[in-house]
Amino acid sequence: MYGVLGLINFAHSEVFMIGTMGALFASRAMDIHPGVGSVHSGLALVLILVGCLLAAMAASGTIAVALERIAYRPLRKRGASRLAALISAIGASLFLSELFGWSKFAKFLHIHVRSFEPFPRLMNKSTLFTFFGANVRTDKAVIIVSALVMMIVLDRFVRRSRLGRGIRAVAQDPETASLMGVNIDRIVSATFLLGGIMAGAAGLLFLLFYENTVYNVGFVLGIKAFTAAVLGGIGNLRGALLGGLTLGLLEKYGGSVFGAQWIDVIAFVLLVLILMVRPNGLLGQALSKARA
Amino acid sequence: MARPRLDLWAPVRRLELTGRAAVWWQAQSKLTRAAAMVVLAAFFYALPLFKVPILDTPQSDFASVLFYPVGIYVLMAMGLNVVVGLAGLLDLGYVAFFAIGGYAMGLLGVHLHWNFWEVLPVAVLASMTAGVILGTPTLRLRGDYLAIVTLGFGEIIRITARNSDPLGGPRGIFGIPHPPNVGSLKFGILDPKPYYWLLLTLIIVVIGIVRRLEQSRVGRSWTAIREDEDAAELMGVPTFRFKLWAFAIGAGIGGAGGSVFASKVISIVPDNYPLILSILFLAAVVLGGSGNLAGVIVGAFVVAYLPERFRGFAELRVLIFGAALVIMMIFRPQGLIPNRRRAAEMEDTPGGGGLGALGGELPGTAGAAGAADA
Repeated sequence: MYGVLGLINFAHSEVFMIGTMGALFASRAMDIHPGVGSVHSGLALVLILVGCLLAAMAASGTIAVALERIAYRPLRKRGASRLAALISAIGASLFLSELFGWSKFAKFLHIHVRSFEPFPRLMNKSTLFTFFGANVRTDKAVIIVSALVMMIVLDRFVRRSRLGRGIRAVAQDPETASLMGVNIDRIVSATFLLGGIMAGAAGLLFLLFYENTVYNVGFVLGIKAFTAAVLGGIGNLRGALLGGLTLGLLEKYGGSVFGAQWIDVIAFVLLVLILMVRPNGLLGQALSKARA
Repeated sequence: MARPRLDLWAPVRRLELTGRAAVWWQAQSKLTRAAAMVVLAAFFYALPLFKVPILDTPQSDFASVLFYPVGIYVLMAMGLNVVVGLAGLLDLGYVAFFAIGGYAMGLLGVHLHWNFWEVLPVAVLASMTAGVILGTPTLRLRGDYLAIVTLGFGEIIRITARNSDPLGGPRGIFGIPHPPNVGSLKFGILDPKPYYWLLLTLIIVVIGIVRRLEQSRVGRSWTAIREDEDAAELMGVPTFRFKLWAFAIGAGIGGAGGSVFASKVISIVPDNYPLILSILFLAAVVLGGSGNLAGVIVGAFVVAYLPERFRGFAELRVLIFGAALVIMMIFRPQGLIPNRRRAAEMEDTPGGGGLGALGGELPGTAGAAGAADA
């Protein structure tokens, strides 16, 4: 996502974490708590899901834009180096995750201090149908379908809409884009907002499956996400999708061959190997070599 | 666009403290400088013997704090500074070399009963080899790609250590021998002072090595690579080889730090080497002034010492630290005591790349991008 702007947003994992928190509080606001009676169906389920989704998106989107304002914009205005931006993002990331790990703040939010906070099971996790011998559970089906829909919508959006064109223009050549009348500040804010919204939605999907969240939930996921993005080629949405898919599949297969505890090692060794052959990622263009 | 920016540092900058200090320092005779350095070194050797009221750490033993985290952080930050500050390569997995040094000390010490002084060079060599192994395939990558691959390397080392039975698995290695006694200096369990003195000696040696390197052909090549890799290559600097050297030397220093740490704490576990440690080392380098040895040492001191001094805020220290990093990057990106050359690179570069041009790299590569397109 952030490849569009040509820099790693280290705080994206915290944006994701705040999305899961947003969904959690939405579920509480609707008086749904973990335990008996949390499973809904039909229209009620759809409404609850939409409510949680909106809350997660709002929380993540807001924090992403705030992040851009505070931790990125001053640096961008000054023309600071990329290293400075990266460090600033790392700082913001530490700050946000520690904020949610701070006992007083956690008490204020009524969440467990530095341990997993359960999320209610919203839907009946029974097998929906079998597909080539694999059981497809309701929650998994929902997650896969919504992830695909999100990807397609995002891809269309960036490729077709006016704002999407602006984002691509800024990614290619900010100076020329601004000469052509593109408001860079607005575009960058919008990109962060978009990324935040996506992270919020991903946060809800994560909760549906794992049913808990914690202050540093985004950490490992964030690293994996960057690995996927680098694998696919930074600044390339379809590459990110392919990278994510490749990474996930190979981790699963590798995990069953070498043992589950080696999953992360496999992921990173693979990354090194692929970058050796294709230094710009699987779908990276030659252009990105000059930029990255 | 030309909105006046809040510049809190302006009055301080007008004094030009670091600049003046540098000029004054250069103006002194060789003898005075040597004497000053001896006095400074003596001060640091004597530090754990006194209870300096302001410096003391109320909740933990001061000499212990001086060894870890302060001394270790200083050594690690100096090693990382070679990679990040001098050669301009962003390494997010530096803790890997700390781990390799520690495990080398643990394995050779426990299984082969080598003593500390025999293991130390081997551990340094092992770390350097690891640096070369990591560097050879990855140093052709740039920027973000290199950052993420090094980050991955740090994780690979930690997870491999956790999953390998010969390395002790999650329980790590126990019973690592202390260094042999030197004269009346007894390296025991209770007294941290000998370890601190050992570490300080190591730090002084490393300062000497790094300073020599900085002023040599190698150091100039690193500067050239950092400022504009393509131009350096065109000028005949074998960039790949020197980048590899930077990696190897940085790794060697990290390995030395890891060995000393392991021989002090006796037992090491994989979780001693988390990613956050890499980030803290990097923060020390950047906070102090990337590329400037004095700055880096001060940065490491701040990062390591302040949380120990203010233990009352223990829970909040990472939080405050994160905020400090952001504020630092906004108001003084070149660090507390900047390297003058490096500061010029970190400063405003209107239209010359950096974030001002959003997608750009360090200044200069914008032109290279055009060349590559053509």
